[in-house]
Amino acid sequence: MAEMPNAGCNDAPLLAAEGLSKNYGRLTACRDVSFVLYPGEVLAIVGESGSGKTTLLQMLSAQLVPTSGRVSYRMRDGVLRDLNALGEAERRFLFRTDWGYVHQDPAQGLRMAVSAGANVGERLMAVGWNHYGRIREAASSWLERVEIDTARIDDAPRTYSGGMRQRLQIARNLVTEPRLVFMDEPTGGLDVSVQARLLDLMRSLVGELGLAAIVVTHDLAVARLLSHRVMVMKGGRVIETGLTDQVLDDPHEPYTQLLVSSILPP
Amino acid sequence: MYVAVKGGERAIENAHRLLAHERRGDRDVPEVSLDQISGQLGLAVDRVMSEGSLYDRELAALAIKQARGDLIEAIFLVRAFRATLPRLGATEPIDTGAMRVRRRVSSTFKDIPGGQILGPTFDYTHRLLDPQLANGFVPDEPATADTPSAPTPRVTDILGRDGLIEPSPQQEGAPVGDLTREPLSFPADRDLRLQNLARADEGFLLAMGYSTQRGYGRNHPFAGEIRFGEVEVEFFAEDVGFAVPLGAIAVTECQMVNQFKGSVTEAPCFTRGYGLAFGQSERKTMSMALVDRALRARELGEEALAPAQDEEFVMSHSDNVQATGFVEHLKLPHYVDFQSELGLLRKLRTEFAERANDAGPLQEAAE
Amino acid sequence: MTTPAYNFAYLDEQTKRMIRRAILKAIAIPGYQVPFASREMPMPYGWGTGGVQVTAAILGPNDRLKVIDQGSDDTTNAISIRKFFAKTAGVATTASTTDATVIQTRHRIPEAPLHAGQVLVYQVPIPEPLRFLEPRETETRRMHALAEYGLMHVKLYEDIARFGHIATSYAYPVKVNARYVMDPSPTPKFDNPKMDNCPALQLFGAGREKRIYAIPPHTKVVSLDFEDHPFTRYRFDAPCALCGAEDAYLDEIVTDDAGSRMFVCSDTDYCEGRQAAGHRGRESAAPHKDRAHG
Repeated sequence: MAEMPNAGCNDAPLLAAEGLSKNYGRLTACRDVSFVLYPGEVLAIVGESGSGKTTLLQMLSAQLVPTSGRVSYRMRDGVLRDLNALGEAERRFLFRTDWGYVHQDPAQGLRMAVSAGANVGERLMAVGWNHYGRIREAASSWLERVEIDTARIDDAPRTYSGGMRQRLQIARNLVTEPRLVFMDEPTGGLDVSVQARLLDLMRSLVGELGLAAIVVTHDLAVARLLSHRVMVMKGGRVIETGLTDQVLDDPHEPYTQLLVSSILPP
Repeated sequence: MYVAVKGGERAIENAHRLLAHERRGDRDVPEVSLDQISGQLGLAVDRVMSEGSLYDRELAALAIKQARGDLIEAIFLVRAFRATLPRLGATEPIDTGAMRVRRRVSSTFKDIPGGQILGPTFDYTHRLLDPQLANGFVPDEPATADTPSAPTPRVTDILGRDGLIEPSPQQEGAPVGDLTREPLSFPADRDLRLQNLARADEGFLLAMGYSTQRGYGRNHPFAGEIRFGEVEVEFFAEDVGFAVPLGAIAVTECQMVNQFKGSVTEAPCFTRGYGLAFGQSERKTMSMALVDRALRARELGEEALAPAQDEEFVMSHSDNVQATGFVEHLKLPHYVDFQSELGLLRKLRTEFAERANDAGPLQEAAE
Repeated sequence: MTTPAYNFAYLDEQTKRMIRRAILKAIAIPGYQVPFASREMPMPYGWGTGGVQVTAAILGPNDRLKVIDQGSDDTTNAISIRKFFAKTAGVATTASTTDATVIQTRHRIPEAPLHAGQVLVYQVPIPEPLRFLEPRETETRRMHALAEYGLMHVKLYEDIARFGHIATSYAYPVKVNARYVMDPSPTPKFDNPKMDNCPALQLFGAGREKRIYAIPPHTKVVSLDFEDHPFTRYRFDAPCALCGAEDAYLDEIVTDDAGSRMFVCSDTDYCEGRQAAGHRGRESAAPHKDRAHG
C-alpha cells in the first residue's frame, strides 16, 4: 500500500485537468475528465482497452490537443501554465527536464542502437554536461539504482531483456530528476515475476524522489501497489475515483466491482 | 625518386577530345541528325523535355546527341541551359479539357462522351523484336476518320458533376510556389510537390508508384482518364489586356481515381491523384499520379507509413540530376579525408594490438 | 539555334543578388544554414556547384581567384572550376594563397595563414552536422532552432565508449559563436583550429542541399569535445618528404608494389613555396619549375 505524500510541504496542485474531451469524428474517445494532481502524488488511471485512458494520458502530456477542456501545469517557477499555450520550445524542454514518459514498449522510449550509458547520459548532455567521466559515472550510478549490472553500461538495449530495457527506460527518464512522470502500461508485456520486481523498484524510486506520477494501466495490481488515488474509466468517462485502497476494497460502481472481482488471487 | 604529378589540365583536355571522338564514332557511318532523334526517338525527347523542365524538341534532341544517348546526362544539359534563360513570366494554366486529343482512354467506364481513342500506343502490341525495322521499313498509311465533333469532357469532371469525386482545389489568385526559385522546405504544399514530381526521375516514380500498388500505402487507384494531345499555351499580355496564344504543346495527363473518403461533416467521395508531363509520357504520368495521391496521406488524414507517403524521402530523392551528381561525385579525389581515416584506423589498431599483448600472458596463466 | 551570351561569372544578376542576400543573412547568423534556391550549374551537383555559386555571386573583375581541391591547384576538379571562371569571368587566377582575394576550396584549408580582405569559399556536400544521426530535415531544423544538440554529444560519447577516442577524423563538428553547431565541410579535423578567429571571411556553399552558411572574420569557432577528452589535432609521424614541413597536413603516396610510402604536403602551393625558399625534405630533388594554374 502506497503511503500518502507529505501534505504539508506543497499545497499547490502540480497538474490540473478541466473538462478534457477528445472526439474523432463521431467517436468520443474521452469525455469531460477533470482532476487535480499534487506534488509527490501517484494517480492511476485504470480501465480496459478502449476506455480512453491512453487518449487521456496523451492529452495530459501535451502530445494530443484536446477537442475541449484544458490541462494546466505548474512550472518550476511556480506559475500555472496552460499546456496548449506553451510554445514548442517550452514543451520540448519540459519533456526533457521536468517530465518523464515511460512507454509500454521500452523500444519507443530508448535509443536502441546506442549504449545504455549514452541513453541515460543523453539528457544530461542535453542540459550541458560536458565531462565524459562524470556523465559516465552518473549513468553508472543510475544503472545501479535500477538494478542493472553496471558492466553492461556499454551494451546497447538491443541486447537487453524486456525487463532490463524497461528499467533502463526508467533510468533515462529519472536522470534529470523530473517532478512528474507519465507511465503507459509500464509493466505490460513483461513476465509476472519481472513485473513484481519492477513495480517494487518503481515504488521505492517514486517514494525516494518524491515524484508525482500518472500511471495508465489495465492491471489493478499495479494500481494497488503504486498509486495513492485511482480513476476508473469506461467508454471514455471516469466512472469512479477515490483513494486507491478505498476504491479497490469497497468499489461502488458495478463496473469497478467487476474489475476488482476479476483479479486472480495471488 | 618521387616527382609530384602535374599536367592535370592537359589530361582533362585530352579526355574531352577523346570523348568527342567516341561520340562521333565511325566516320564512315552517317552522323545522326537532330530531326532523326526528334522524329524517330520521340519518346526519348519527350522524357528529356519533361525532366529537363523545358519544352523544346530541338534542344532536347541536341542534348541527347551530345550525351551520346545517356538520357540523364541529356536532362542535365537541358536543365543547365534552362537555368540561363531569362524568365518572362507564367502562362495561363493550360486547359486540358480543350485538348486536341490524339489518345484518350479511361478504365473506369466502358464508354464515355468522346469515346475511347486508342491512338498511337504500344498497348496490346506483342513484344516480339521485329527485324523488319532494322532498315528501310515503310509502314502502311494509318487509318483515318473525321475529327469527332462531340466534346471530350474529362472523366473526373463527369464524376465531379455528381459530387462523386473531390473537387479540384480552387484557390483563385493564390500565389503558386516555384521550386526553381525558392528553396524547398518541408512540409511542402501540393503545388510544390507536383512540381517536384513533374521533373522527377521516371524510374524512381515508377518504383514508388509500384510500391503503393503492392501494399506500401495502397490507395486503390483506378485510371479515371489518360489523355494525350495538344493544348494551347497562352500568356497574359499586360499591354493588350488579354491572354495571347503562344503556340501549342503536346502533353499527357493522367487522372487517377482513388480510395474514397468522408468525414462527420462531409459525404464520402473519391479522391484524386494527378500526373502531367510533356509529350507522350504515360508511364511517367501514371506513376506521378500514384505518388501524388500517396503523398496526400497527411492532408487526407491517413497514416503515412510507407516510403511513397514519406514526403521528405520522395521529394529529396526524386531529382535524377541531383542524385547522379552526388552518387558520381564519389569519383572525385577524397584522399585527404581518406588519409584522416587511415590515420585514425592505424591508431586504433595499434591500441588494439597493445591491449591484446597485455592480455596475452595473463590469459595463458588462467588456462 | 541561339547560344546564350553569359553574364559575368555565368550567373545572371538577379540570381547573384538572391545568393548575396542569402550570404548576408548567413553572415548575420554565424553557423546557421540559410536555404537558397540553388541553380542548375554546368557542372553536376556534388561537384562544387554550391561553392561555384557563392564564388560567382561575390566575384568582381579585380579579384584574383585560387581554386584548390585536396589542397592542390592541379587536381582535375580544381582545374575544371578555375577554367570555368577564367572563361566566364575573365578574372586573374593564381596558385598563391597569399596573393589570392577569393579562394575556393574542397576539403582543405590552406596552410598559409589567411589575412583580412580574403574570402575562403568552401564546397560542402552535406551541410547538416546532425544528418547522419537524424535523417529528417524537419527534425534537424527544430534541433538547431531550439539548440537541442544532445544527440551530437551522444555520438561523441559513444565513440569514446567504443573506441576510447572521438572517431571523427574529418567534417568534425564545431560550435560557432557559441550558438550553432556547424559542419566545417569534409576538411580533416587537422584544419579545424584555422577556422577560429580567422581574419578572412569564410563562406560555405552546398548546391545540391541548397544551403549557404558563413563564419564572419574573427568569430569564435570551437570543436566539440568533452572536458576530459579535449579536441586534439592529428599529428603526422614525420615531416614532409619534399620540403621538411612539420606542421602541415600530409598526403600519403604509395611509391612501389612493396608498399613503400612517403608523406608529402597536401597544400602544393605551401610546399613549393617552402622549397623555393630553400627548405628540403628527405626525398626532394630540385623544386618544380612549372607552377600549375589555369
